[in-house]
Amino acid sequence: MAADIQALNLKKTFGSITAVNDISFSVHAGEILGFLGPNGAGKTTTMRLLTGYLRPDQGQVTVCGNGMFSDPVKAKASLGYLPEGAPLYPEMTPASFLEFSGRARKMESSLLQDRIREVGDLVHLAQVWHQPVETLSKGYKRRLGLAQAILHDPQVLILDEPTDGLDPNQKTEVRSLVRRLAQSKAIIISTHILEEVDAVCDRAIIINEGKIVADGTPGDLETLSSYHNTVSVILSSDREGDLTARIQKIPSVRTIESSEAGEGRKKLLVFPEEGRAILHEVAQVISAGGFEVDEFRQERGRLDEVFRDLTTKAGASGEETRS
Amino acid sequence: MNIAPIYRREMRSYFSTPIAYVFIVIFLLLTGVFTFYVGGFFSRGQADLEPFFAWHPWLYLFLAPALGMRLWAEEKKTGTFELLLTLPVSMTDAVLGKFLAAWTMIGISLILTFPMWATVNILGDPDNGVILISYLGSLLMAGAYLAVSACVSAATRNQVIAFVVAVSLCFAFLLLGFPLILDFFRPWMPESLISILATLGFLQHFQSIIRGVLDLRDILYFISFMALWLYAGAWIVDHRRS
Repeated sequence: MAADIQALNLKKTFGSITAVNDISFSVHAGEILGFLGPNGAGKTTTMRLLTGYLRPDQGQVTVCGNGMFSDPVKAKASLGYLPEGAPLYPEMTPASFLEFSGRARKMESSLLQDRIREVGDLVHLAQVWHQPVETLSKGYKRRLGLAQAILHDPQVLILDEPTDGLDPNQKTEVRSLVRRLAQSKAIIISTHILEEVDAVCDRAIIINEGKIVADGTPGDLETLSSYHNTVSVILSSDREGDLTARIQKIPSVRTIESSEAGEGRKKLLVFPEEGRAILHEVAQVISAGGFEVDEFRQERGRLDEVFRDLTTKAGASGEETRS
Repeated sequence: MNIAPIYRREMRSYFSTPIAYVFIVIFLLLTGVFTFYVGGFFSRGQADLEPFFAWHPWLYLFLAPALGMRLWAEEKKTGTFELLLTLPVSMTDAVLGKFLAAWTMIGISLILTFPMWATVNILGDPDNGVILISYLGSLLMAGAYLAVSACVSAATRNQVIAFVVAVSLCFAFLLLGFPLILDFFRPWMPESLISILATLGFLQHFQSIIRGVLDLRDILYFISFMALWLYAGAWIVDHRRS
């Protein structure tokens, strides 16, 4: 099956700055790709290349088989886009704005009226239907931007920071909406909010300094964390030294960190060798020694730590290769 | 072709903000003041609209850039530029839609000067053919001013810069045939090019039209001038995106 949207060797420089450096990936229908990176890593530039707003110095974008730079009108027709900051015409009302964008997309009049009502309900715009955009709150503006992006039921949806500026309830709502839409669409969400990746994405790409530094499911990325498969134990008694000594004898344990867990208790973090599963071994040691335990669990790995690792270390290794 | 949605959005935006009303009222006020006070409409004792049309090149010099300065600069400022350029609309459609809407605004203003025409017809027996041709010439010249302003607007996100540069450029084209502008080129340009430049000013072409001489060359001049600047505008929009 051909991918719904495909980027091939995209490169874009602004003067002496390389914003996007040889990025390739593809997304299929039914897939939600999270595009992650620190501010200034090239997320927005990549989104702008994908949607044809910017032209790359080199590389190709294909949307549903149409080349973005060889047949832009056709490629853009199957694309829905929420640009960064959800720009809108300030003097227009949601009703007239949606009508404009539908007409610009050559939607047939009666279908357009139905769709306008449908997406208006979907993102809850009814209350402000005839108010000028400039008088709307940030949340409404963002939702109108989203409504515009999905109005024509596009095969590919690209959302640049869709939940930025929304309150927690609205965030949850937008995420569940995106999940529902994903059943038949290829969706790309650019974000720097890591919980969003966990909450909605099937796959995540982390970029740093214009390059892809990781590409996989959120689960895959978590295994890159040094906390992956770490076992944490909170002891209710003070036999910390004893337990530490016993756990250390397990062959696949690399190291143990101990910290205060409040009320005089100790917390032990047991790191395995090369991300191996050690939960059972540790459990056996605890029950064999009759230790009293308040908490006992296995860490999946922390995405924020992987993110920090990849987006700071990559820069450092880049320095090394240059020198 | 997909010009209509862009055109309609622009027109809607003129009329849902005070722009349309302020523009039309000021246009009518100024044409009135210039015709009756400065142009001496009554004291001339002639039944024609020459004192009315003679001021149009000077009126447009400020009013057309005022209308044109926002066309692209505003979209760049608010970020809607990105939205517009990622819609499945070709560059030609977007440029023409915006230009035609602004041109329509001037067209509406011109139509609303009909009391002028009525007055002169009540007072005397003017040559209405000449008046019609003059209106056409005025509209064509306004289009030329607008095409320059739209092109300049595409190059910046700052409307003040767009306005000032557009007024200066329009002023240069208005008086291109006069020593004021030609003297600037004379020291470093061959005489053959100077003589070509001298024929490219708005004023000569417009004055020959309002004298009632309908010469195809004058019409072609304005139309090709517009086409050229619109094309340049489209190129700038296409190549200055971030």
